Amino acid sequence: MAAILEVKNIEKIYPDGVIANKDVSVSVEEGTIHAIVGENGAGKSTLMKVIFGITRPQNGTISFQGQEVNFKSPDDAIQQGIGMVHQHLMLASDLTVAENLVLGIEPKRRGIFLDDHEMIRLTREVAQRFSLEVPPDKKIKDLPIGIRQRVEILKALYRKAELLILDEPTAVLTPQETEVLFRTLKQLKANGKTILFISHKLREVKEIADRVTVMRDSQVITTEDAAKLSEEDISHLMVGRDIRTERIPQSETTGEVVLETKGLSFVNEDEIFVLKDVSFSVRAGEILGLAGVEGNGQTELVKLLTGLLQPTDGEIFVRSKAISGLSPRKVREIGLAHIPEDRMENGVADQASVKENLIVDRYYKAPYSRRSRLLWKTITDHTLDLVKRFHILTRNVDTPVNSLSGGNIQKVVVARELSADPDVLIASQPTRGVDVGSEEHIHSLLRQVRDEGKAVFMVSADLDEVLKLSSRILVIYNGEIVAHIPDPSMVSAEDLGPYMLGVKRQEDLGAEIHS
Amino acid sequence: MSPLLDSIFSSDFGFAVLRVMTPLIFPALGFAITDLAGVVNISLEGMMLMSAFFGVIVGAFTGSLLLALLAGILIGIAMGAALGYFHLKLKTDIILGAIAMNMFASGFTIFLLYVLTGDKGSTSSLKSLVFPEVHIPLLRSIPVLGDILSGHNVLTYAALLSAIVFFFLIFKTPLGLRIRAVGQNPDAARSVGINVDRVQLYALMLSGLFGALGGLYLSMGYVSWFARDMTAGRGWIAIAAATLGGNMPLGTFLAALLFGSVNALAIYIASVNIPSELIQMIPYVATVLALALYAIRVQKRRQKIKEEALEEEYDSGPPDNPPPAAAKQRGGSS
Repeated sequence: MAAILEVKNIEKIYPDGVIANKDVSVSVEEGTIHAIVGENGAGKSTLMKVIFGITRPQNGTISFQGQEVNFKSPDDAIQQGIGMVHQHLMLASDLTVAENLVLGIEPKRRGIFLDDHEMIRLTREVAQRFSLEVPPDKKIKDLPIGIRQRVEILKALYRKAELLILDEPTAVLTPQETEVLFRTLKQLKANGKTILFISHKLREVKEIADRVTVMRDSQVITTEDAAKLSEEDISHLMVGRDIRTERIPQSETTGEVVLETKGLSFVNEDEIFVLKDVSFSVRAGEILGLAGVEGNGQTELVKLLTGLLQPTDGEIFVRSKAISGLSPRKVREIGLAHIPEDRMENGVADQASVKENLIVDRYYKAPYSRRSRLLWKTITDHTLDLVKRFHILTRNVDTPVNSLSGGNIQKVVVARELSADPDVLIASQPTRGVDVGSEEHIHSLLRQVRDEGKAVFMVSADLDEVLKLSSRILVIYNGEIVAHIPDPSMVSAEDLGPYMLGVKRQEDLGAEIHS
Repeated sequence: MSPLLDSIFSSDFGFAVLRVMTPLIFPALGFAITDLAGVVNISLEGMMLMSAFFGVIVGAFTGSLLLALLAGILIGIAMGAALGYFHLKLKTDIILGAIAMNMFASGFTIFLLYVLTGDKGSTSSLKSLVFPEVHIPLLRSIPVLGDILSGHNVLTYAALLSAIVFFFLIFKTPLGLRIRAVGQNPDAARSVGINVDRVQLYALMLSGLFGALGGLYLSMGYVSWFARDMTAGRGWIAIAAATLGGNMPLGTFLAALLFGSVNALAIYIASVNIPSELIQMIPYVATVLALALYAIRVQKRRQKIKEEALEEEYDSGPPDNPPPAAAKQRGGSS
């Protein structure tokens, strides 16, 4: 088969000196599903950006459909027949499916007006051609994430894409939605389209890909037929060592209830009922995991627990003390720590130094300050100690935190929160977007915190993580707790899927959740 | 009070409302379009002022109404383009840029006023042109309604029409679709090859056009001279009106109508024996009140949505859910 895309000797060095792609060559054959795997920071995303014309490489050539191309912008790539489905979907949520689809190349009526009917007809047409049903006149915000992603794929097909790039398309999908997506991709392959798909989930790669390219340290390690590599082979190639996949044993003893919510409800600014009557409790010495598709109220729940939002209804107790109405600082002083889901947004001040970020929650207390004066000597000693204890890779403690890698920024957050010696730890997406090494480190820290007899409430979109770490699991769907799994070792990711999608729900949840 | 009430329920009052709301609708739509495009333009006050001034000056020196109109519109669009240049090209914060534009407009018009007329207060020494009044043949003969709707300045009709034009522009043209897309998710728009900066620049220039028409009406219709800072906060009240109206044409129109009515009321009450300072406060107090009431209503609606949803759940959900009465009680105590 002929190669539709030929990437040769790509070298990309970012202005800050980071080498993201080193002599990268990949050949993608027409009509195949080609997976690119690698750890975070291995250079996958950069390679996609180079192919799609978002950034330009220093060296190397790209040939598409037999011709050497030199894309100056994604627009050029789209023109030539390359489509990209970004991880964060590129859709305007208040516009309809049809409007999103034709955006930029709108059908016109009488020269200046939008042709609404034509818009909908075109949507139906492209949807039928590829058997990807979508409701043309529904607004994006009213559709589930799987359908939104389908709109994104249709957008590319409508623009006559021959090669589709998907950037970690399954990260926000449930196992069931993932299956639907894979069927879609196989169908597109049958239609002669080529699919280039980035992932770090080996199981998925094995299931769907014809060929696999493994990247590590900005380089291509190998490109092979997927059938020739086992999951273990791929993981070896990705990290150069084994990844442990067994579950961490649970501690035997759990203590008293430390964190409890009763009838928690929240209505947001857009007047959407985000959380409905959420009640649960977390005991000392356990990790309560909250599973669910993102956007089902997890973000708001965490903000309520940490005092960043106030509940519309209901109450939260930390050691039987009601905390609603208290400021985040007061909540922290009661003994609650928070690893936020978006570390750059809520975890760190990105231009401040490592040192400053490590003391933002305690700078006003002794021994870090006296009479409104910061005691820098103490602070420096303290933070140097944290950097060592938590293996934070940084030149020194005065380095701005945004020059660290994602995993190390996350370690700064984790170090700060754990060193506050909390009774309750709220950990939201604790290992999102960090490399495997940091992930393992953070996991072992969470386990350590649990063994020290703290209560941990963990929210994660990564089902493997939830299954691996949790003592008990709750599943949230559409703002409600729909399932309680007292023993995670009895279930698999596939068992949780129907609850996450709202297909199934357990009755009589009330008393059990507080077990 | 009865003569006052009589005058409020007269057709004169209705006429005055339309007159007063004209310089609110234009800038309100001008603000709405930029807010939809994600480039909030708070320099409508300055845009209006500049257009009001240049309209009068060009009209007085050339004697041509058309040239006055063109000059006013051009200066408005140029203001929009300048703000776009500062924000989109030079990456200035748009709020700071707009504040600078407002202060520039106020100072610059007074300066030129002095240079050209030797007067720092107004252009009363110039012979200013005004836009014509239009008497609509059939409409004018209808009792009451004819008195209210006929005989207005041509720009008042343009203002009413512009709300409709705005609707078609936003919802029925490709540019409108792009404006909405850019305002909601610029990355999405960019990913399909839309030039986000250009769309936002167009929105700012259109905003300048709307603002200019509002300014021209003020100095060449509402009155027939330019006075320093004559916009008197209309550019700001217009922002309140657009926000209250959710940046949608009908809502913005209704909000402008509300503020126009309050303004007209203030003019009418002036005949009663109350200190004029208090009366002049009315439109501004009304703006604050309207925004406060709006915020309260939003909060109430949220509470109601929650209660309704709880009730629904109680009707359909499993029996162990809390009864709505208990839920309401909790809501009340929190």
